[in-house]
Amino acid sequence: MSAARDWPLYEIFIRARGGLDHKHVGSVHAADAAMAVEHARDVYTRRQEGVSIWVARSSDIVASDPAESDALFEPARDKIYRHPTFYDIPKEVETL
Amino acid sequence: MYTQGLLEQGGKGVAAAAVEDSERLRRFEARIEAEEKIEPKDWMPDAYRQTLIRQISQHAHSEIVGMLPEGNWITRAPTLLRKSILIAKVQDEGGHGAYLYSAAETLGISRAEMIDQLLAGKAKYSSIFNYPTLTWADIGAIGWLVDGAAIMNQIPLCRCSYGPYARAMIRVCREESFHQRQGYDIMLKLARGTAGQRRMAQDALNRWWWPSLMMFGPSDGASQHTALSVRWKIKRFTNDELRQKFVDFTVPQAKFLGITVPDAALHWDESAARHHFGEIDWAEFHEVLRGNGPCNRERLAARRQAHDAGRWVREAAAAHAAKHAARAAAA
Amino acid sequence: MSAAGPDGVAISDRVRHLLRLADTSLVLAQRLGEWVGHAPAIEEDLGLANTALDLLGQSRLLLSYAGELEGKGRGEDALAFLREEADFLNVTLAEQPNGDFGDTIVRQFLIDAYQLELYERLVASKDARLAEIAAKAVKETRYHLRFSSAWLVRLGDGTAESHARVQASLERLWPYSRELFDADELDRQIASAGIGPDLATLHDAWSSRVDAVLAEATLRRPADTPYLWYGKQGRHSEHLGYLLTELQYLQRTHLGASW
Repeated sequence: MSAARDWPLYEIFIRARGGLDHKHVGSVHAADAAMAVEHARDVYTRRQEGVSIWVARSSDIVASDPAESDALFEPARDKIYRHPTFYDIPKEVETL
Repeated sequence: MYTQGLLEQGGKGVAAAAVEDSERLRRFEARIEAEEKIEPKDWMPDAYRQTLIRQISQHAHSEIVGMLPEGNWITRAPTLLRKSILIAKVQDEGGHGAYLYSAAETLGISRAEMIDQLLAGKAKYSSIFNYPTLTWADIGAIGWLVDGAAIMNQIPLCRCSYGPYARAMIRVCREESFHQRQGYDIMLKLARGTAGQRRMAQDALNRWWWPSLMMFGPSDGASQHTALSVRWKIKRFTNDELRQKFVDFTVPQAKFLGITVPDAALHWDESAARHHFGEIDWAEFHEVLRGNGPCNRERLAARRQAHDAGRWVREAAAAHAAKHAARAAAA
Repeated sequence: MSAAGPDGVAISDRVRHLLRLADTSLVLAQRLGEWVGHAPAIEEDLGLANTALDLLGQSRLLLSYAGELEGKGRGEDALAFLREEADFLNVTLAEQPNGDFGDTIVRQFLIDAYQLELYERLVASKDARLAEIAAKAVKETRYHLRFSSAWLVRLGDGTAESHARVQASLERLWPYSRELFDADELDRQIASAGIGPDLATLHDAWSSRVDAVLAEATLRRPADTPYLWYGKQGRHSEHLGYLLTELQYLQRTHLGASW
């Protein structure tokens, strides 16, 4: 059972919107860099638009003591059913 | 919840770690105490690492296997909007699985190894996904109850001591409340619909209520692995605490729908200010964990089939990438 | 009997034209929905689901518009869930079964390349609403084509096994591509009214695109076969009946219910 059977691991960095830095959001497995960008789009940006995605082979990253932070996401306007506020849950029903 | 069936060393783990390096352990535990996050390159006791690998990978497996009972109704969703919502939800679950495998990999295990464990039947996933989705109302019940229970478990995990897991949980929680709301929305429509639809809703609640309560795991008295997980801030609340909270939140929601929770013993306990509920059938729970639930074999068979049928595809992608790297190098 | 619009095309014909577009996207989305949870990797589950969602979105916009134009009170769901096989006007290629991942990618690629050329031209349609729908669909289809082309190349120029499999998929599905470009009376009317493109031009553009990707994928373009399919006229393969049975089951069982 060897890790060589996985596609290589890529670390993913996303710029949520203009003016922000790219932030590390996690990793994906992909056969090549182009696939990694597509996978990152599908895994990490289902709720946002206007992103920039950087991918780097995990093995290429040289680390000291990385400080990682979360990326912020903006809603994708035409997929409103993803968002909690889309549903008209009656006010009497609490805690949903 | 993702540690149902997890075997842990308990006290033995602490003793073994102390032998490893008592000063490092002391500093590690002080960091935990101070609510600092542990990151991938930090020193950690082996028991901490192994517990997290098992818990995170089982959580990931749960998301992936969880795509199957709901995916079952994508082609039969009753409107185009419901079909879209269900695809988006199941897509989110796949995404959650991906975040979690990612988080687990930071601890030194590969995705291939984790998948192998799942397909060999060596790893567990949440018991709830071994139940069948027999009607459209089941999709509502899963969103409302199963995702509701998952949210209850996942919110505290956002404060888990291990950075990558906590961050994955924050991302998951942001997406999860859509899941529960769409489930309750389905139930609302059914409860206010035709006689046939109301019957469907009640039937789904009858079948999904008790398995949802079982999701929280054995009762605290019967649970051996809690102590270390609580001490190292992997587990922030006990099984019974979360289960009680779930019951207290959910019973009024069922009342609003006008359907009955299938528990004759259920009643509001005024003095304790909480709902008293009946005894869970722990025999059923253990059988399901052992592999003898309604759909255990089918779920695993489906995952094995997808993995095997996809092997030539994954290999082709790797071969293509290698050819191109070689051509680029030669150019 | 149907009133003609200002462009001389009967309303019922404009509705039929919209249904051809809508049903192709709907049926293809339905097929992709079957893959969820069974793809070769989680990330491909997400990619196929993404395409399915986009196609569903397109079909909903087109069906709603068709229903409004028709003026008989049928909305997107009435059209999707209560029509019979002979009234579905998707191209036959869209309803072909998923088969293996290679079959699915070939089917997707052939339709993505067709839809991209089609939507790019529909952006200039004299029907403003259709042009607006097409403008949104163009962006989505570019991404779909990127996904399916990239996979076709990986499979075609991957291993010996993947090459053989996907060449076989191509041979099997190629005969269905002819229907996309065979202009019938409706296509000709729609083209002369400036609502839709001339299919011959569409075919040439599609053909160049396809050739370029097949070359990169080291795949052989199959010969055209004489048999013509007529899904867009409501005469389908045996597959559509089963597909609609699943799609329509709940609405037909609980007539008139809200969901």
